[in-house]
Amino acid sequence: MLSFIVRRLLIAIPTLLAIITVCFFLMRLAPGGPFDAEAPVPPEILANMRAAYNLDKPLIQQYGDYLLNLAKGDFGPSFKYKDFTVTELIGQGFPVSAQNGLAAIILAIIVGVPLGILASLKQNTATDYSVMGFAMTGIVVPSFVMAPILILIFAIFLKGTPFQLPAGTWEGGAFKHRILPVFCLSLVYIAYLARITRASMIEALRQNYVRTARAKGLPFRTVVVRHALKTALVPVVTFLGPGIAFLLTGSMVVETIFGLPGVGRYFVQGALNRDYTLVMGVTILSASLIITMNIVVDVLYGLLDPRVKYE
Amino acid sequence: MNTPTHTPTNINLSSPHAAALNAAEDIQGRSLWQDAWRRLLANRAALISLIILVLVSLACFVLPHFLPWTYEQIDWERMEATPPSLETGHYLGTDTLGRDLLARALFGGRISLTVGLLATSVALLIGVTVGTIAGFVGGRMDQLLMRFVDFMYTVPLTFFVIILMVLFGRNFILMFLAIGCIEWLTMARIVRGQTLTLKNKEFIEAARAVGGSTSNIIARHIVPNVLGVVIVYVTLTIPQVILIESFLSFLGLGIQEPMTSWGMLINEGAAEMESTPRALLVPAGLMTVTLFCFNFLGDGLRDALDPKDR
Repeated sequence: MLSFIVRRLLIAIPTLLAIITVCFFLMRLAPGGPFDAEAPVPPEILANMRAAYNLDKPLIQQYGDYLLNLAKGDFGPSFKYKDFTVTELIGQGFPVSAQNGLAAIILAIIVGVPLGILASLKQNTATDYSVMGFAMTGIVVPSFVMAPILILIFAIFLKGTPFQLPAGTWEGGAFKHRILPVFCLSLVYIAYLARITRASMIEALRQNYVRTARAKGLPFRTVVVRHALKTALVPVVTFLGPGIAFLLTGSMVVETIFGLPGVGRYFVQGALNRDYTLVMGVTILSASLIITMNIVVDVLYGLLDPRVKYE
Repeated sequence: MNTPTHTPTNINLSSPHAAALNAAEDIQGRSLWQDAWRRLLANRAALISLIILVLVSLACFVLPHFLPWTYEQIDWERMEATPPSLETGHYLGTDTLGRDLLARALFGGRISLTVGLLATSVALLIGVTVGTIAGFVGGRMDQLLMRFVDFMYTVPLTFFVIILMVLFGRNFILMFLAIGCIEWLTMARIVRGQTLTLKNKEFIEAARAVGGSTSNIIARHIVPNVLGVVIVYVTLTIPQVILIESFLSFLGLGIQEPMTSWGMLINEGAAEMESTPRALLVPAGLMTVTLFCFNFLGDGLRDALDPKDR
C-alpha cells in the first residue's frame, strides 16, 4: 500500500506542474495587467512598479523564478494587498475556510448519511419521499439563493426574536456568526449524501451476504450497520473526497455573501483585481487538496472493500 | 403507419386463422422511442415538469414582446422600487432603477436558458466525440483520451472558467464555450462505457463486414444507440450549466449590464431584499422552479429510457 501511495504522489507532481503552467501562462498572455485599474500613473512609475514585481523580465524567466520560489514555499507578493505576501494571505484565510468547511462536512455526514439510511430502510414510503424531496431541494436550490433567503428569514424577519442570527459579519468567528454560513455550506452536501447513501444502501440490502447475516439470526441493527453500511459507504467516500477538498478551500459564494475572510473570497477578489499571484496561490492550494483527497479516497477503498487490490 | 392500409381479400374472413391474422395486423409495432415516450407520459412528475418547462421557455422567449416595458427600459417617473401595479404596466413592480421586474426576470431567464442549451450542446459535441472514439477505437487512443479526462477531473475547473472570464472579458460566447468545455468530462465517460458494450455486438460486426469505415460506423451505428443515455445526461447537464452561469453572474463575473441573467438578478435582489424582497424572490423562484423541473424530467427520462431499472 505504501508503494501505491508513493506512486500516486509521484504522478501528482506533473499534474500539479501542468495546472500551474497553464494557469500561469493563461494569466500572463491575457490582455490587461494588475495595475490597470488604478489611477493612471506616469510611465516611469508604472515601469518601476512592474520592475518591483518582476513583471519586466521575459516571461520564461518569470515562470522559472515563480517555480523556484514555489519550491521554497513562497507564493510571491500579492499585487493588490500591499505589504502582504500570498503565503500570509492564505495563512490567514485558509484556517477560516477550513474551520467552516470542516464544520460543514461533519454536519453533512451526521445529518446526510442517517437520512439516507432511513430513506433506504423505508423505501417508497412517505418518509422516503420526504427525505428525497428535501434532498432534491438541497441540490436544486443553489447557495446563492439559499443564503440570501436564510438571511432574509433569520436576520431580517426574525429581528428582535431569540431566533435572530447575525449575517454579513464575522466577529472573529463567534459561534452565532458561523451558524448560517456553515448551514449554507453543508446543505448541498447533506442532500447529495442522503441520495447517494440511500441508493447504495438499497443496493447493499439486496445482497446475498446481507440475507445470510439476517438468516443466521443477527439483529437487524447489526446487519444494517456492520454489513450493509460498510459496503454502502464506498460511493459516499468517493463523493466526499473531492467534496472535502472543495469545502476546505472555501465557497466563493458563501464567503462573499456572509463576508467571511476566507480563501474563497480572496480568490474572487484576486480574480477581479487581476492579482496574479493570489489567484495562482489559491488555485494551487485547491488543486493540491483535490489531488490529495483523491489519493485518500483510493486508499480508503481498499480499507472498506476487501475486493479492491492496490496494483 | 397509423391505420392498417392493406386488407386481405383472398382469405376466407370467417376462418380462425384469418381472424388471428387480422388481429396481428391491427397490432402496431412500437419502437423503443415510442415505448420510452409512453413511460415518460405515465410519469406524472416528469410530465408536469415538461409542461412547466415549455411554459417557462415560452414566457421567457415570447412573453417579453407583449409586455409594456423592455428589460433595459427605465421608467423615468419611477426611479425607485415601486410595488406591482396594473396601471403602470409593471405587473411585478420595478427595481431600484425603475426597470420592470417581470421583463427583467423573463429576459434573464432567456439568457440563462440559452447559455444552458448552448453550453450543453458544446459539452454534448465534445463528450460524445471523445467518448465514442475512445470506446470504439480503443487501445492507445483510449488510454490517451481517458488519461486526459482523468487529469481534467483533478483540475479545479471553476477556477479556470473564472480566470478566463475575468481575463478575456465577460463575453457571452466565451462563457458558454468555457462552461461547455468543463462539462463534457462525465458525458465522455458515460458514452465511452456505452460504446464499449456496443462495440462487439453483431450489427457492428456486420457494418464492418460490409466495409463501413470507422467514422461511418461511429456516426451511423454507435451514436444512435448511445442516444438514450446521452439524452438523460443532457437533461441533467442543462440545470448544472444554468447553475454555473448564475454562479458566475452572481459573483459579478458573468454576463454584462444591461443584459441580465437569473444569477445577476438574484445578486441585485439580494442587495435590496430588506426593502423589496420580491426583487430577490421573483428571479430566485423562477430559476428554482426551472431547475426542479429539469431534474424531475431527467429522472423521468432515466426511468423511461433505462429498461434496467424497471
